[in-house]
Amino acid sequence: MEKRVVFKSAWLPYALLLPQLVITAMFFFWPAIQAVYYSFLLQDAFGMTSQFVWFENYAALFRDSHYLSSFKTTAFFATMVAGSGILISLLLATMADSVIKGALVYKTFLIWPYAVAPAIAGVLWAFIFAPSIGIVTYYLKLLGFDWNWIIDPEQAMALVVIASVWKQISYNFLFFLAGLQSIPKSLIEAAAIDGAGPFRRFWTIVFPLLSPTTFFLLVINIIYSFFDTFGVIDATTQGGPGDATKVLVYKVYYDGVKAADLGGSSAQSVILMFVVVMLTVVQFRYVERRVQY
Amino acid sequence: MTRKTLLAALVAATFTATGAQAQTEIHWWHSMGGALGDKLNELANKFNASQNQYKVVPSYKGSYPDSLTNAIAAYRAGNAPHILQVFEVGTATMMAAKGAVVPVYKLMKDADEPFDPKVYLPTVTGYYSDSKGNMLSFPFNSSTVVFYINKDAYRKAGLDPNKAPKTWKEFIANAEKLKAAGQSCVYTSGWPAWMHIENFSAWHNVPIGTKENGMGGLDTEFQVNSPLHVRHIAMLGDMAKKGLFTYAGRTNQAEAKFSSGECAMLTSSTGAQANIRRMAKFEWSVNFIPYHDDVKGAPQNSIIGGASLWVMGGKTNNAYKGVAKFFSFLSKPEIQMEWHTGTGYVPITMAAYDMTRKSGFYDKNPGADIAVKQLTNKAPTANSKGLRFGNYVQGREVIEEEIEQVIAGKKDAKAAMDDAVRRGNEILRKFQAANKG
Repeated sequence: MEKRVVFKSAWLPYALLLPQLVITAMFFFWPAIQAVYYSFLLQDAFGMTSQFVWFENYAALFRDSHYLSSFKTTAFFATMVAGSGILISLLLATMADSVIKGALVYKTFLIWPYAVAPAIAGVLWAFIFAPSIGIVTYYLKLLGFDWNWIIDPEQAMALVVIASVWKQISYNFLFFLAGLQSIPKSLIEAAAIDGAGPFRRFWTIVFPLLSPTTFFLLVINIIYSFFDTFGVIDATTQGGPGDATKVLVYKVYYDGVKAADLGGSSAQSVILMFVVVMLTVVQFRYVERRVQY
Repeated sequence: MTRKTLLAALVAATFTATGAQAQTEIHWWHSMGGALGDKLNELANKFNASQNQYKVVPSYKGSYPDSLTNAIAAYRAGNAPHILQVFEVGTATMMAAKGAVVPVYKLMKDADEPFDPKVYLPTVTGYYSDSKGNMLSFPFNSSTVVFYINKDAYRKAGLDPNKAPKTWKEFIANAEKLKAAGQSCVYTSGWPAWMHIENFSAWHNVPIGTKENGMGGLDTEFQVNSPLHVRHIAMLGDMAKKGLFTYAGRTNQAEAKFSSGECAMLTSSTGAQANIRRMAKFEWSVNFIPYHDDVKGAPQNSIIGGASLWVMGGKTNNAYKGVAKFFSFLSKPEIQMEWHTGTGYVPITMAAYDMTRKSGFYDKNPGADIAVKQLTNKAPTANSKGLRFGNYVQGREVIEEEIEQVIAGKKDAKAAMDDAVRRGNEILRKFQAANKG
């Protein structure tokens, strides 16, 4: 007699999958297909006339040197956001992991920022760092440092990176903490008895065991920095000064939503989609090999 | 007991619902937040109380670009509002959308409502009329840039507070003195593209673009890389380097820097006056914007900003009659004056201006009439009656980006303005292609 429970029904698995499939199709595939379709069209704002222009929207983008330089800005931005986000939260998680008294309080506080919407986070940071009225600006001025991201491109970039990273740290922190807590204490204790110091223990035992978590977070953080950061940017620098913080996704948002240029915006989002798919493939193909499960 | 009350409420609700049905609702989407929104609601209530056939229902739909985007989406979905407030840079987009909008001159004619475009200031009529002189949208809230100075800061620097600089030469001389007297921020400007390109061009009677600044056709091209433009932007970059000019952002952020006393001079919208009056703890004055005195014909006249009301297509004739009646109501000089004095926007008809002057408002609020004087300084020319560039939301952004590069010292003025023209023209060509049909 078979011990496993087997459902013989032919339709049940599909029925159970259906809600998820419908949601995925409606909210992911349908808009994605629409974007591809719109990227071949040239429309006026109200959609009264529409012409099929083949690849003209794409060609126009690649003729624009500012669009090309926005790739560089995005690459820098994504590296900074994903890199520092992962590093800082790893540091926080290791420290929170070793705290014994009041650990719950620390952990709760560190998780809070995740509940804040990106646009709100942007506004918060814009206030704190506002030129002439921000509290941080005030103290920086006392130190003799002229903080004005309204016109200084590097400071503007720093501001959007800080605001975006702050938002993502809690998420990373949660995963790292869970990862750390699943590492058997006996392994670390054995290494300690063998005479390995805290740093050596971290690099040879803890970090390799955390590598699946780190890899997962790397993928998630890069996707976050590519897609989810326009709220932060819109609330702070709006892509400026010049085009210093105009990352790809912000231009998609600006051209599509604010400037009603649907064709151009769709073409950009198709390109962005392609870039992120390629990045994810590369990550799984090459980085994942070095992950030890 | 409860059931009885419920029944009574239901009956009452049914009656009020049928009562309301006799009135035709006119939906009005706008972008007037805060105190301006309250003032706008007041106007709508006044109209609603003045008759019982129509009910104007205003709703705030976010900033200008947001409400335009919302309206476009609503139009595509088939439920656009009757009236939409659109900012001046969206004018070309709306004008090109034939069929999506009902031109105001036609609306008024069909409804047999009297409507004379000549009662408006010529700079206002010109901005919203087609090449045949037909007014396509209804002017509502217009502003222009003016020049504010902090008189206390002038006194501190040993300058005559009653002599605001008239030319940029005098301006720089004063700026240097203010700087030497320890003023941390000497000059700042709101709306850099509107002030230093659009109004600058009109004020000096030079074109922003070909084809009468785009009013003569979609095949217009930007001309903001003329030697005069380059020289002016270079001057700003130079002033920034010397600490005489503090850049504050693309919209009205600069206004707070002036009203807090941080900056001694400001060029920004007339709309800033209400806030400055409330916030400033110093004496200040409103003046004409400076000009370069070696340019022939300068100063010409400044151009308007702000927004106008567009009537969307596909509604019933009865509703259009109501819209026309509402517009007639808004055209009354006393309503115009109420809006002008309550908000700081420019009085857009001469009748409203005269009425306000006679009421003694300008004696009590010196400087509130500078905007009208500046707008009517001379009869507008092809270069100074306004502008109409396709997708100027993007076009203005390109210009702002390039100006910022100059202020930040990353690019020289000539290269930046050349790039602004090249990039701006790409946008114009795309708009032309999308709207040729």
